[in-house]
Amino acid sequence: MKSTKLLGLSLLMSTMLAVGVANAKSLVYCSEGSPENFTPAINTTGTSLDAARPVYNKLVQFTPGTTTVVPALAESYAISDDGKVITFKLRPGIKVHSGVNGFTPSRDLTAEDVIWSFERQLKPDHPYAKVSAGSYDYFNDMGMPDLLASIEKGADDLTVVMTLKEPNAPIMANLAMDFATIHSAEYASYLTAKGTPEQFDQIPVGTGSFQFVDYQKDAVIRFKAFAEGWAGKPKVDDLIYAITPDATARYAKLKANECQVMIAPNPADLADMAKNADVQLIQQAGLNIGYLSMNALKPPFDKAEVRQAVNMAIDKAAIIKEIYQDAGQPARNPLPPTIWSYDESTKDYEYNPDKAKEMLAAAGVTSLDTDLWWMPVQRPYNPNAKRMAEMMQADLAKVGINATLVSYEWGEYRKRLQAGEHQMGLLGWTGDNGDPDNFLFLLSCGADGTPAGQNIAKWCNADFNAKLLEARKITDQAARTKIYGEMQAIFKAEAPWMTVAHSTVFEPIRKEVSGYKVSPLGAHEFQDVDVAE
Amino acid sequence: MFRFLLKRAALTIPTFIALMFVTFTMIRLVPGDPIEVRRGERGISPERLTELRHEMGLDQPIWKQFIDYVWGLLHGDFGTSIISKTPVAQEFLTLFPATLELTICAMLFAIVLGIPAGVIAAAKRGGIYDQSLMGAALTGYSMPIFWWGLMLILLMSNTLHLTPVSGRIDLVKYYFQPVTGFMLIDSIVSGQRGAFLDVVRHLILPTIVLGTVPLAVFARMTRSSMLEVLEEDYVRTARAKGLSAFRVIGFHALRNALIPVVTVVGLQTGTLLAGAVLTETIFSWPGVGKWLIESIGRRDYPALQGGIMLIASMVIILNLLIDLLYGLINPRIRHGR
Repeated sequence: MKSTKLLGLSLLMSTMLAVGVANAKSLVYCSEGSPENFTPAINTTGTSLDAARPVYNKLVQFTPGTTTVVPALAESYAISDDGKVITFKLRPGIKVHSGVNGFTPSRDLTAEDVIWSFERQLKPDHPYAKVSAGSYDYFNDMGMPDLLASIEKGADDLTVVMTLKEPNAPIMANLAMDFATIHSAEYASYLTAKGTPEQFDQIPVGTGSFQFVDYQKDAVIRFKAFAEGWAGKPKVDDLIYAITPDATARYAKLKANECQVMIAPNPADLADMAKNADVQLIQQAGLNIGYLSMNALKPPFDKAEVRQAVNMAIDKAAIIKEIYQDAGQPARNPLPPTIWSYDESTKDYEYNPDKAKEMLAAAGVTSLDTDLWWMPVQRPYNPNAKRMAEMMQADLAKVGINATLVSYEWGEYRKRLQAGEHQMGLLGWTGDNGDPDNFLFLLSCGADGTPAGQNIAKWCNADFNAKLLEARKITDQAARTKIYGEMQAIFKAEAPWMTVAHSTVFEPIRKEVSGYKVSPLGAHEFQDVDVAE
Repeated sequence: MFRFLLKRAALTIPTFIALMFVTFTMIRLVPGDPIEVRRGERGISPERLTELRHEMGLDQPIWKQFIDYVWGLLHGDFGTSIISKTPVAQEFLTLFPATLELTICAMLFAIVLGIPAGVIAAAKRGGIYDQSLMGAALTGYSMPIFWWGLMLILLMSNTLHLTPVSGRIDLVKYYFQPVTGFMLIDSIVSGQRGAFLDVVRHLILPTIVLGTVPLAVFARMTRSSMLEVLEEDYVRTARAKGLSAFRVIGFHALRNALIPVVTVVGLQTGTLLAGAVLTETIFSWPGVGKWLIESIGRRDYPALQGGIMLIASMVIILNLLIDLLYGLINPRIRHGR
């Protein structure tokens, strides 16, 4: 009897849904994989962050297609003169999704929700700190535990006061990152009472433009427009993530109009996409850098002249042509050109093997046996590290440097580079938040002059490091730009890296799609996207 | 029959023990661990690595981890995925129906076309039909799955617009909660007009791609098995008695020729259950093959261990069924003669 009722109910619901589905305007996004869960704070992969993004908001956010930070849930914020206290004023009447997982909110979003969201990551004794074996990687990586003194309610329910232990200029950019997503504390209480706290990270409830509907692992994620959202009703009614792991199949689906936006095209398909009248191929310079680091703790790479000579010995133009298929820009600075404070005046080292040979001889290096590490995976900033290493090896041989190619499994590779086992090694970085600090910290050192883990060039320059710390304490962008300019000059003269390229990011969308912007941070956002019928 | 079953079931115990041990050790021999693999360029401090390894129990001695794992298995606990934090058995049961549905369709496709093709080839041995059929079978067998799948998509979906590219159903037109996980059944239960036919359309290409190699194997196997049987004395006797060619081949010869074919059907089905990775990837099919491969990449030890044990259980049960089928086809096997 019970099963008959259940069947009847599912038939009725299916029919209702079918009617709804038929009349709604849908956008299908061909994503590449399944999310690990729907809580950005415990994720690090782009696939998982993309899956949670439609549901949630942050206090501040990046304007779509840029790295400009603008207010979001907070309609305004004020930073104290000493730079240590940030007061956020929340928008009044921010609605929380209703009807998901049986939850009906009794109130709008308040300071309590903001405090809850940060304290989950900050306080190990928070009731949700250990739910889903939470590991708050981004929160920790951005130095939030050391930076955040307290987060408290202000004068009213809509005021949040965040106190820092020291001034930190990149903080607003950090708060626009996904780990700073604001959750509903009331939903957490509801699940605790229900005895299913782990559902918090599996069935998301937020304030975003789309409300979660359903997720079937490796198949589909469904969202529906949240008309009461503070940012207004999105232009499409249904947002569907069709999980399509193969890039060629994604393109086939795009051509057949089975999806309208797709992630990560196969480089081999780009030429065809550019010619296809049904497809718009949007491109943007990526917020990334691929580089060859030289271990300054290991002679002869402790000499700046040797590192400069390596810069001159390698034919960068040939690498960009062959490895990046010309879809990349030669890198001059440790920052990509899309980031503010990028120094346009920097002159790159010319490709000049003869001069490189002379410089090596002057530094006492006539013949050198060394190693050159390449990562075993394709990365956004380096589509083919092995081939790149081979090309570099051939160029270096011409100036008397015999480089042996070395590689390890990806986790092992990164660990050994961090330990400084290499002499020369390929790696790169994709920006998190559009702040220059988020790139320059890669060359930072501790107070005792030892290189930080990320600094695989093992290069410590006291002046460079002091400027990095100084810039963090200044909120004035012009003043920071000046300091970052000086740091780029030091970097170029010292040449701890051979900066290779900034790759271009391509996103194919259907011709019917409008309002879609490619994020330099690799995010996929659909609030303003429309589809012509 | 019960003793026969019991004997066969007892034989599976050492298989399970060996499998538990091999799965557990092999994945740990692969360099890198689940935490480091996830960190990428960001790296991790040694202190944080130690902390996380402790939280996940990875700092325990290997023998202790193994005992915990076996103890869990004996209590029906296949562990919890390090990545998704959901129970492995639950993840497996969500994905397995998709794999099973595709496997069944592919095997039916291969059997229905492969066995008759092999019989006809044997009956017309050496003729043009035989030669072209065996040539086609060899081509099918040697075809790289990935290439074959993409070619079919380009031809059938992008050029002729006859079939959808990938997935299990049109996500815009139809939406219903899975009841059984078998889309063919769920689409009927949903009562949504056109859903069942849409599911069938989505099954066509993956079925062909996954069924191509087994089809070639069955055709070749049936042909050679039939050729042997057709030389037997009892077939000659049946012919001498004036039975029609159809009766001789279809009833007398085929039944005996099927024994080796059934063995191969069992083996191929077992392979497809765990090894349809490429087909699942090309056709965005949410099955267990792709899940297992991703688990290796992410060093998700519990998912991999649990997944392999569950698939192994399915394959062992399948082999048990095949053994029973032998008994039905040939009673001498059942009685151990």
